[in-house]
Amino acid sequence: MRDLPWPAKIYLVAVVGAAAILIARGLAMPDRVGAHDWATLLVLALLFLVCESVPTLLNVEQAAMSVSFSAALAAVVLVGDVGAALVGATAVLSVRPGLPPHKRLFNGAQFAICGYVAGWVFHRLGGRQSVPDVGRFTDLLGPFMGAAAVFVPLNLVLFALMLWLAGRLRAEQVPLRGLVQFFVSYLGYATFGLLIAGLWATVQSISAVLVLLPLFIARWAFGQYLAQQRSYDATIAALCQAVETKDYYTRGHCTRVSSASTMIAQEIGMGPERMRAIGYAGMLHDVGKLGVPTKVLQKEGRLTEEEYAAIQLHPMRGLEIVRGIDFLDEAFAGIMHHHERQDGRGYPMGLAGAEIPEFARIIAVADAFDSMTSDRSYRKAKSIEEAVAELRKNSGSQFDPVMVTAFVRAVGRHGWHPGKVPAPPADEMVETMAKDHDDPTTPIEVVAER
Amino acid sequence: MTQATRRPPPAGRRSGRLLLVGAAGVLAVAGAACTAAAGLADAQAAVAFGALVAAGELARLTMPGNREVAPIGSAAALGYTLLLDVGGTPAVHPATQVVAVMAAGMTVGALPHLAVGRPPRLDAIARRLVAGALLAFAYRPLAPALFAGTGGGTGAWWAALGVMAVLVTAMLAVDVVMAAALRAEQVRTAFRVAVRDELRMAAPLGASVAASGILLALASHSMSLAALAVFAAPLLVTQVAFRKYAGIRATYLQTVRALARVTEVGGYVESGHSRRVSRLSLATGRELGMAEPELLELEYAALMHDIGQLSLRDPIPGGATVLTEPEQARRIAELGAEIISKTGVLDRVADIVRRQTDAYAGPETPPLAARIIKAANAYDDLVGGSSDRDRAAAALDRLRRGAGQEYDPAVLGALTLVIERAPSPARR
Repeated sequence: MRDLPWPAKIYLVAVVGAAAILIARGLAMPDRVGAHDWATLLVLALLFLVCESVPTLLNVEQAAMSVSFSAALAAVVLVGDVGAALVGATAVLSVRPGLPPHKRLFNGAQFAICGYVAGWVFHRLGGRQSVPDVGRFTDLLGPFMGAAAVFVPLNLVLFALMLWLAGRLRAEQVPLRGLVQFFVSYLGYATFGLLIAGLWATVQSISAVLVLLPLFIARWAFGQYLAQQRSYDATIAALCQAVETKDYYTRGHCTRVSSASTMIAQEIGMGPERMRAIGYAGMLHDVGKLGVPTKVLQKEGRLTEEEYAAIQLHPMRGLEIVRGIDFLDEAFAGIMHHHERQDGRGYPMGLAGAEIPEFARIIAVADAFDSMTSDRSYRKAKSIEEAVAELRKNSGSQFDPVMVTAFVRAVGRHGWHPGKVPAPPADEMVETMAKDHDDPTTPIEVVAER
Repeated sequence: MTQATRRPPPAGRRSGRLLLVGAAGVLAVAGAACTAAAGLADAQAAVAFGALVAAGELARLTMPGNREVAPIGSAAALGYTLLLDVGGTPAVHPATQVVAVMAAGMTVGALPHLAVGRPPRLDAIARRLVAGALLAFAYRPLAPALFAGTGGGTGAWWAALGVMAVLVTAMLAVDVVMAAALRAEQVRTAFRVAVRDELRMAAPLGASVAASGILLALASHSMSLAALAVFAAPLLVTQVAFRKYAGIRATYLQTVRALARVTEVGGYVESGHSRRVSRLSLATGRELGMAEPELLELEYAALMHDIGQLSLRDPIPGGATVLTEPEQARRIAELGAEIISKTGVLDRVADIVRRQTDAYAGPETPPLAARIIKAANAYDDLVGGSSDRDRAAAALDRLRRGAGQEYDPAVLGALTLVIERAPSPARR
């Protein structure tokens, strides 16, 4: 609490105060919460508490899908505005070890306010606070939708305001697409409250169990999915790094190309699924290099045409290796064509301009940039400025100008950590390559035959 | 494990599957015939639930281990079976009509898949139908009594709920047993192990389906049939999560399979070696009664057992074979384990790879998976992609000379069974 800036403190006090006043006022009016409602209220509060406590039990931060919204909105129908406020206020007690008291207090207060306001809207739209009768379900629909449409945005706004005042949120950081997704899914969870309320007359609290069980299991499965995803990312990175250990100087190249490609993709506004795919494509773009005989890569001086052809084959080899994986087709195209040039003088197909798949144009920029900003056995790393200048110089002939501009912007925004390879220890022979096919400043020279 | 389950006659290999598909076919035809004869009772509900079954079938998904499921379709079928009344009017449809509606819905839902060349797995769809039918025949005769027990839907539902829960649980148990029997037959694993595997896979999804099925039945009591789709929504969320999970699991395996091949493309090992070793190891592991999570680790380890070659300056042509010096082989294993442990998540796989060269009679007995890979790897080194029977027998003989010392005799026994059984032991 100490480290909160003073506007945030004032806001906290205001929210908690408002919640307290609303609840106290509601309780003071004798007919607002009927005697038989207390049992229902207790069950709902318990339910809400369980739902609020589960995210941390599962430890899924990104997937903190709030099932508790369902319980809170069921309370709006079943026990009215004051009841919903009381149910929301129990968030203070949620089992979340390590959550500081002021955050608990804020959580409880904002849920209480949201519950109260949603209850008020529900009432104004003609909803009656009671256990809905069988057959009168359709009368509930309109008022409930209104309540949910107020509850969810209010919750997000109250919360976002706190984050903003506490300085943890900058307006330009909020991705609009993510926000919309968030909003829609929360609204979805809120409507499940209607199912709970609608069935309450028949089987009381069992209705909540029946509605929430699939949701809990969904959350569990989602947690499993995220764990697998993390594990997968770690595995693919480790295996790609293993492939490139052959050359001392290119270590870490694949992960850096992957992150640079993702940066460009983000900059040009790609969707999350494609961004993920280009991350993998960038990671795997050079796996085919293992098929290039080491002696070709280690050869000093000019290559024969045959040797150069072996190098030019590596994108195809890479594609051959990864073809069995269920990636987006674009990812394969990216791997296959990452050495094409805008002027059509690249390989393996000699595509030009817009013929080159978007993924390939992105990876080409990321690939060359990382190569230039890393040490090579035959030269030191260039500075970021030099490398950017080089990208700009070749923009239009080798690189897609759009991607170069996007990348320069992304680097300006997020910075770039060039690969740092410590100079090889003197007593140990390390394997190094005499040339880097990714380096635009030192093109591979080929002996002109005949 | 008895001798009989180890070596079933080849003709009986698929008998359980045939039986199930046949039973499902007979049920579907009988259900349709009875319904046609007696007329459709309460057509509106039948169409509504049938449509939901079709939608669920359309949205079927494949879980890890190539298990096809259709949670929404199953829940809809469950809901139709458990239906007591629609808005207070008692539901009187007989069990045969439930079967007919299920069969019709499944057929309609499978058609679009068929149209694009993705036929359903016959045994999976048959199992869904048979399990649903069993429940229908057990529950439908009780339905009028249960509805009366609720006082026409206005009184206490506890008795009805209890009966529903018990019967649904029993149906899920029967379904697991059927799935396990099919699996045991298909991949030749022990029935006991298969039951455990199926239970682990089916429990979360089964619980969701059961809850949603009951929810659908109750919802039809309180609300109009139009609300059905809404009540399937919680299950839809579950299905989305499971689809994502199944997707990443599949991609994971494909990626390890693909990247294990880099050693072959690089010319470090013979082409197809890691894939053959992994297949042989898997079959041997199943023969020895390993459960699915262990088998997955075994598969990863077997695929990547030679990946340490990538770190060697001068790779050994042909790979770390039984013919290489033990010192070199150990080094490759060690380097491979180092690469794998860099993932930070596959520690057990790394351990298996590290110990794949350890002798069985060594100071510390290596894990079972490592012993299996040691034997399978040695066998493939000697035989390669060839399907020559004499060569296979000679290789096994050679391995058997190291039984008890280098190799685990139990592993060799299982390996021999696997190789003798296969028409061509290491076909790709």
